Amino acid sequence: MFPELNNLLNTSPDSVEQGTLTLLCDAGTDGSFLVHHFLSFYLKANCKVCFVALVQSFSHYNVVGQKLGVSLTSARERGQLVFLEGLKSSVDVVLRAEAEPHPLGFLREAGAGNLQPLYEFVREALEPVDCREAAWRSPVLLVDDLSVLLGLGVGAVAVLDFIHYCRATVCCSLQGSIVALVHDSGDAEDEESDVLLNGLSHQSHLILRAEGLATGFCRDVHGQLRILWRRPSPPTAARRDRSLTFQYKIQDKSVSFFARGMSPAVL
Amino acid sequence: MNSPPLSLGAGQQVMTPSKGVGERKIRRLEMLESVLALGGLVLLRDSVEWEGRSLLKALIKKSALRLVYHDLFRDPLNWSKTGEALPGGPLGVLRAMCSRTGPGPVTIALDSLSWLLLHLPCTTVCQTLHALSHQDSRPGDSSPVEHVHVLGLLHGELHGPGPMGTLSALARTEVTLSGTRSQASAHILYRRPQQRPTHETHWFSILSDFGVDLQGVSPLKSQPHPDPLTPPVDPTTHLTFNLHLSKKEKEAKDSLTLPFQFSSEKQQALLCRGLGQATSHIFYEPDAYDDLDQEDPDDDLDI
Repeated sequence: MFPELNNLLNTSPDSVEQGTLTLLCDAGTDGSFLVHHFLSFYLKANCKVCFVALVQSFSHYNVVGQKLGVSLTSARERGQLVFLEGLKSSVDVVLRAEAEPHPLGFLREAGAGNLQPLYEFVREALEPVDCREAAWRSPVLLVDDLSVLLGLGVGAVAVLDFIHYCRATVCCSLQGSIVALVHDSGDAEDEESDVLLNGLSHQSHLILRAEGLATGFCRDVHGQLRILWRRPSPPTAARRDRSLTFQYKIQDKSVSFFARGMSPAVL
Repeated sequence: MNSPPLSLGAGQQVMTPSKGVGERKIRRLEMLESVLALGGLVLLRDSVEWEGRSLLKALIKKSALRLVYHDLFRDPLNWSKTGEALPGGPLGVLRAMCSRTGPGPVTIALDSLSWLLLHLPCTTVCQTLHALSHQDSRPGDSSPVEHVHVLGLLHGELHGPGPMGTLSALARTEVTLSGTRSQASAHILYRRPQQRPTHETHWFSILSDFGVDLQGVSPLKSQPHPDPLTPPVDPTTHLTFNLHLSKKEKEAKDSLTLPFQFSSEKQQALLCRGLGQATSHIFYEPDAYDDLDQEDPDDDLDI
């Protein structure tokens, strides 16, 4: 968890907003640092986290998590973290018997996939089992990332339906939160990616968009982060501008944010 | 507001006309009333930057006295298979609404049309919307004005120009949401029958009780106000070099003929050749090996 990002978003592990969908988007750069931030943030906030990790292995997230002060292994052992390792289980889907439903079962289907088994997995992971689950705060679903599903042959509408059902269950029934990462390829011909990104943007309450600098690679400024609050809120003084833009630099254990043009290397 | 977003397809049946609203300021209601005045399909087009759901809720609050709520949010595709889902899904619900024949004006709000367009073919959606918004045109009906409002929320970036244009053509009133940095605006296009379309732009904000606070109207222009923070700047002032021409320089510039411009003098010169003009002439000195035979210059006739 990056304290500077918490300040920008006006959140802290003690006061977690519930019932929100946060969309992480990256364009021209790697936005996975945001995923690591939210993973460690919600684990520190004592929430139950279901992490659908399709891009990297468990050990990768564990190593980065340890730098940020959380141990995924112990979180998984005590039941706070439910981890779906996409890379490993996709092999299981191909090799196991067909009758058993599997969250990634759409990989076996010939036609356009249906993500209902994945939704059932998330629902079972996050629904409280009455006897022991009072310890955790609100449930959280974290997905890294949704664009991989497009590459695996699932249609954009199917992914939108999956997120719709997750929202109905996790955000509304269970008063939890969802954080999902989507890539913006910037390719005008990739209509599915555009439909997915725009459809999710319209459903989300907060959009964090990490962009590469227009001028190219820079050693001191790794990119630009644009924060857009979409939840309709009354114009009170407490809620600041609807949209903020900052530049950032990723260091070994933290990320520093500064106003545009105000990088310490430049001043 | 902490409740979940409005689900798909909230149908409302209003038992009495919504005129008995009370003594509010007329200015506050003007925008909402004018949007609802025409009846038929009202299209609310929003974008990621400027969301339209709160305006939809404000319109619903304005127009409805009795609310019937169809919850299609939790299980629109019948994944839970508990039997609670409404039969036929969203399309079935809409078609059932088409055949309802109660008295009094009716307002049907759809959140959102984009969901319908993504899951159903565009033609089906358009036909259903047309049937919904034209329920009142039955021959032999004694009351000529029976307002059916269909309020649809449409997300601008999700659809191509084809579906957007089709829904736009179906709509009587079209509200496009945009704004400058801090102020939202609604650009309203009215298509009154047998009249020219008219535009209006309202600057507004939605309050916490879903009332609308109007900040200004510009009925004549169809573009929003220019940003008052940036006055127009004349770039030719404060320069170290001269960009302007004096009178003499202007005259010289105007009287200049360009070298390749086809003027009448040039035309005359080309037509009247031969008056002392040298025509082109080729001078050729044949080599020793050249055989200049006029009848066989290439030397390939086998005679």
